[in-house]
Amino acid sequence: MHRPAYMTMDAKTSPGRQDAGQTIAGAVGSPIPHDSAHLHVSGEAIYVDDIPERQDLLHLAVGMSARPHAKIRKMDLSAVRRAPGVVAVMTAADIPGENNCGPVIADDPIFAPGLVQYVGQSVFAVAAETVDQARKAAKLATIEYEDLEAILDPRAALAAGSFVLPSETITRGDSQAALADAKHRLQGSLNVGGQDQFYLEGQIATALPAEDGDLYLYSSTQHPGEVQHLVAAAIGKLSKDVVVECRRMGGAFGGKESQPALIACIAGLMADKTGRACKLRLDRDDDMIMTGKRHDFVIDYDVGFDATGRIEGIEFMFASRCGMSADLSGAINDRTMFHCDNAYYLENVSIVSHRCKTHTVSNTAFRGFGGPQGMFGIEYVVDEIARYLGKDPLEVRKKNFYGVGERDITPYQQKIRDNIIEEIVSAVEKSADYQERRKEIRAFNKESEILRRGIALTPVKFGISFTATHLNQAGALVHVYTDGTVHLNHGGTEMGQGLFTKVAQVVAEELQIDIDRIKIMASDTSKVPNASATAASSGSDINGKAAQAAAAKIKRRLIRFAAKHFAVPKDDIEFINNRVRIGAESISFEDLIKRAWFARISLSATGFYRTPKINYDRSTFSGRPFFYYAYGAAVSEVIIDTLTGENRILRVDILHDCGESLNPAIDMGQIEGGFSQGAGWLTSEELCWNSDGELTTHAPSTYKIPTCSDLPVDFRAKMFEAGRNREPTIYRSKAVGEPPLMLSLSVFHALRDAVASVGGDRCRPQLDAPATPESVLKAVTAMQAEGGSS
Amino acid sequence: MNADRHSQGALPDTICPPDTIRFVLDGELVEIRNPDPTRTVLQYLREDLRKIGTKEGCAEGDCGACTVAIAELDQSDSRLRVRAINSCIQFLPTLDGKELITVENLRRDDGSLHPVQEAMVDYHGSQCGFCTPGFIMSLFALYKNNAEPGRREIDDALAGNLCRCTGYRPIIEAAQEMYGYRVVKDSWLEEPFAANGKCGADEKKKVEVLKSATRSAMLSVDDGKRRFFSPRSVDELASLVETCPDAVILAGGTDVGLWVTKQHRELSTVVYTGNVEQLRELSVTKTHIDIGAAVSLSDAMLPIIEHYPEFEELFLRFASPPIRNAGTLGGNIANGSPIGDSMPALMVVDTTLVLRRGDQAREVSLSDFYLDYQKTVLEPGEFLERILVPLRPSDTQVQCYKVSKRFDQDISAVCGAYSLRRNGAGITDIRIAYGGLATVPKRAVHCEAALTGREWNEDTVRAGIEALDRDFSPITDMRSTAEYRRTICGNLLQRFYLDSSGNASSRVYDYGR
Ligand SMILES: Cc1cc2nc3c(=O)[nH]c(=O)nc-3n(C[C@H](O)[C@H](O)[C@H](O)COP(=O)(O)OP(=O)(O)OC[C@H]3O[C@@H](n4cnc5c(N)ncnc54)[C@H](O)[C@@H]3O)c2cc1C
Ligand code: FES
Ligand code: FES
Repeated sequence: MHRPAYMTMDAKTSPGRQDAGQTIAGAVGSPIPHDSAHLHVSGEAIYVDDIPERQDLLHLAVGMSARPHAKIRKMDLSAVRRAPGVVAVMTAADIPGENNCGPVIADDPIFAPGLVQYVGQSVFAVAAETVDQARKAAKLATIEYEDLEAILDPRAALAAGSFVLPSETITRGDSQAALADAKHRLQGSLNVGGQDQFYLEGQIATALPAEDGDLYLYSSTQHPGEVQHLVAAAIGKLSKDVVVECRRMGGAFGGKESQPALIACIAGLMADKTGRACKLRLDRDDDMIMTGKRHDFVIDYDVGFDATGRIEGIEFMFASRCGMSADLSGAINDRTMFHCDNAYYLENVSIVSHRCKTHTVSNTAFRGFGGPQGMFGIEYVVDEIARYLGKDPLEVRKKNFYGVGERDITPYQQKIRDNIIEEIVSAVEKSADYQERRKEIRAFNKESEILRRGIALTPVKFGISFTATHLNQAGALVHVYTDGTVHLNHGGTEMGQGLFTKVAQVVAEELQIDIDRIKIMASDTSKVPNASATAASSGSDINGKAAQAAAAKIKRRLIRFAAKHFAVPKDDIEFINNRVRIGAESISFEDLIKRAWFARISLSATGFYRTPKINYDRSTFSGRPFFYYAYGAAVSEVIIDTLTGENRILRVDILHDCGESLNPAIDMGQIEGGFSQGAGWLTSEELCWNSDGELTTHAPSTYKIPTCSDLPVDFRAKMFEAGRNREPTIYRSKAVGEPPLMLSLSVFHALRDAVASVGGDRCRPQLDAPATPESVLKAVTAMQAEGGSS
Repeated sequence: MNADRHSQGALPDTICPPDTIRFVLDGELVEIRNPDPTRTVLQYLREDLRKIGTKEGCAEGDCGACTVAIAELDQSDSRLRVRAINSCIQFLPTLDGKELITVENLRRDDGSLHPVQEAMVDYHGSQCGFCTPGFIMSLFALYKNNAEPGRREIDDALAGNLCRCTGYRPIIEAAQEMYGYRVVKDSWLEEPFAANGKCGADEKKKVEVLKSATRSAMLSVDDGKRRFFSPRSVDELASLVETCPDAVILAGGTDVGLWVTKQHRELSTVVYTGNVEQLRELSVTKTHIDIGAAVSLSDAMLPIIEHYPEFEELFLRFASPPIRNAGTLGGNIANGSPIGDSMPALMVVDTTLVLRRGDQAREVSLSDFYLDYQKTVLEPGEFLERILVPLRPSDTQVQCYKVSKRFDQDISAVCGAYSLRRNGAGITDIRIAYGGLATVPKRAVHCEAALTGREWNEDTVRAGIEALDRDFSPITDMRSTAEYRRTICGNLLQRFYLDSSGNASSRVYDYGR
């Protein structure tokens, strides 16, 4: 196992700092631990379920639909009401306000209003004195259904024309003509599976009634503002009447972007009804059954290319399982369309995207937000082309890369200004010894009957910004107390990604004070209003800038004050290492603060940031949706067993671009964790539904995320040393939450490479994702049947 | 929990009433009179004590967020032995006589961190932190039981802990580095494992406290709704089981626990085998490995692996250490799940079970034990007493292969086991058993018959594979399709042929390690 570079070298010198000898603790660029690490390891970090409970607390459980699509003919809840400990029961009829928890359009009922549309849909809720009583009572309902025809997968939805949102198209050039003229042409159809977020902390919310009918909520959410608005609407009140707080989540990965609203609305409604504190904590199985996941896709392609493998024309059809409602599927599928080019220039292209309505749980955000499935499509196609032509897939990948200064316009008309894909790919090709190992593996496969190895290098180019332009805004609130310590609030949320630490580093750097002088406060809708979800990898980019702006505002006031007070020019005042140099004098930061307070200078400020330069017209799917792109590449090597399809990842080399990293240790955690999560998506994590529309993999016993031993023995992740964001982002860093997940496509293609070895040169195995042992064996068997055993 | 039922710091020499469980927590003896017998340790910690460090991630033993450590007297009664377990499926009364160690116990009084915790901070082993307390406790158990774990041992020690954030690399590194930190002198919690380590004063004190909590008479708890008995001798057990044939026998609870946490079943009478002296015995005789039905999987697997090294991978991939520490081999066999992992292997080496009812004991071959889905030959009032695994005959080749979606902590799609004796090329005796292909784990009798007497070559294997079709008609479920099961059932036989004839067919799991 390889140690990440930050562990063997000193902290990168921070870009903003001149004086390298004197540094504050926790400066920008230093690999400090997560701010809560000492609390995590001692069990003292407080998650929502750990907050001391009020005496009057009731526990809630949800009664769920047993049918995928049915009218509720009759519902008898008398046994539920009579069950021991039960205090209240609620259905759609009892909602004083809006029966909706949908984030974009109001098509997501809190309680099914007479029509159920997936197995597990919330139909009623019960409040009882203990968790056990509530959960047992929820099972006692008698519901009579009148079954309606259920559409259970995207293919069936396509056939039936069943969609949650209108289909969309992006075209550029003339794909039809290009296909017709191309020397070579391939068509195919792919399946890529969904994925459960499997945050370790399940969905949870606690609602506390406050005076005057107000509610105070603790919610495990990436989007406290949305929870606030939706809960207020559900109880028939206004945003001012509800406060939502979240100090940290036990993982989220997109699964707590829109999904917590349902949980919080139920808790809020019940608290509003009973006047007692109410907590809803989903059991793991219920969580997996009730809440949305990554979309699985059916992808059809038609590609024309020349003898070198360069793509001349391509048509994609994406059809995703959105489930029963729109949720965030619009933006997710848009992002699929924006990423089905990955790092490749597609001159003549048509991309069609269908957002299929199925009678399954409404799918939602998950790290990558549709991007991974888009990339899956194009990477598969490029691999196909290479195999068809009998070339090294890497060669064909390179042939198709976006150019610099030419071939640099995306299908959605954004000009790529920061392309470094060639550089990164060549560097990792070399450091991973790709060519030599590829040769050695081919030799090995000639000798080895049963075990086969494979290798692949895949690139990542990922667009950073919310594609809905208005969401690219953030706010912060910074207080400095008279002892020189700081409270830091911003609209971002902490889900483990280290956002709070990174933003605190920004403020420490700006004010030049040690990071332990800064207390990071919980996300709180009463501190920072209307914040966007912490999503789209944008957390540090936008909240970092907002917090920096707030700190800078205070700093400017302090400078103005000091200039006057000490009668020195403003530019002769400098904040360095917990002190302030004022002309020839130097006083402590704390001292300056005291004097400023005495002089009645405001020591509290808000900061605001809106991402510049982006402008994008969704009606034409063109413009600049992304501020910049993040890049990376990975080489994976795998081994498969052709008797069983069992497989292992043997070695992985990653090179990823974090720009000038705000915290290399935390960013490395995102790279490695993201990769591992992606590898799970493409290998062992399989979601299965039965013919009754029931999810059969709804617990860790049946749904298998990677464990320790799945980490390749030889794992070498590195950051791109020369990384520097060309755009003026916060300290020239780059977003890192999502992009590394897609580095895992190299694992999938290495598996495909290994499978292809069974069929010999030019064989193109059909391999579906996830590549479980079964899926690999199926592909191997098909290769064997094709007759080519090399 | 009301105050009079829950008193802390009782004097060690108090004679413990039979309806009161007694264990050590936070260094003090805790007594609880007539607790709810099926309340889990996790519920007790989080809900009754509001000790919130230990987390719930699944309530079914699969994620490790709830991991705690249990210290108990070792066989010599003079040293402590510490094991990680899943508190979410462990019933509270099973703590009787033991020490419960939670994540809250590791941080020092001065606020500084235990070496395991410090390493996790320094190597960035936590992101969201929700899995972390569980990892800390698994690492703590590793720290106390292994001086210099290699990568494979670390992987194994952490196989029951899921982390969705980190990708594990930093945690593995913390596990490697945790031995290099300053420790507080004379603290048992902080002393890492040393092969010949002496029993320090702190450990001696703990041993004394535990001894004082040991009881000789049966524990019998009744909370008004549910009863819990913990007999001390096999005769006591036999008479209890005979008089209440409807009682649920509880061994490690890694199956039974889920009946309560997941299926919300009411267990009105529970008889716990974990303190039955004779059932905890494990010995190797001239002919057999003799395993009491209450011996944990962790302990039982050691002599089995010693005699059948080919089964090592199977046992290392059987659940996770916390499950194997609590769960028993007897429970695996008695539970009789069609996908139980130990049975195919134990069947092909001709394991015998000793069943007991009242004072009657009888022997049954494991291959004849299962009748139908979750139905065994056990009569009402009868229980499994011992498992007799024959020592390996010198001329026998054995193998076992488990196929699942994930390497560690997964349930088999198919598990195949083989034992072969040959006279030259001729097969004199072949036994084949599979799990995952039928309603019970079972021998492939048609296949065995088709092979016996023939020459061990590719043609024979092909005939064997054909015969397997008559032995099994597998089903489709979320673990795999029937078709896949059918295919690998034969392919595994093929692999056994390759392995047993000296062809290099090393497994993907071994490659490069
Ligand atoms: C997370 C997890 C992972 C698992 N992984 C695996 C795996 O990989 N492979 C596998 O095979 N299993 C696995 N299991 C299942 C389980 O751990 C095993 O079956 C275990 O061996 C059961 O033993 P136990 O002592 O916990 O049994 P218990 O749960 O205590 O009892 C199981 C059953 O056996 C009965 N019983 C116990 N002792 C006796 C006796 N002496 N006489 C008669 N009846 C008795 C009980 O009444 C009950 O019906 C897993 C379970 C969990 C929770
Ligand atoms: S809570 Fe998941 S193993 Fe116990
Ligand atoms: S740190 Fe989040 S699950 Fe491990």
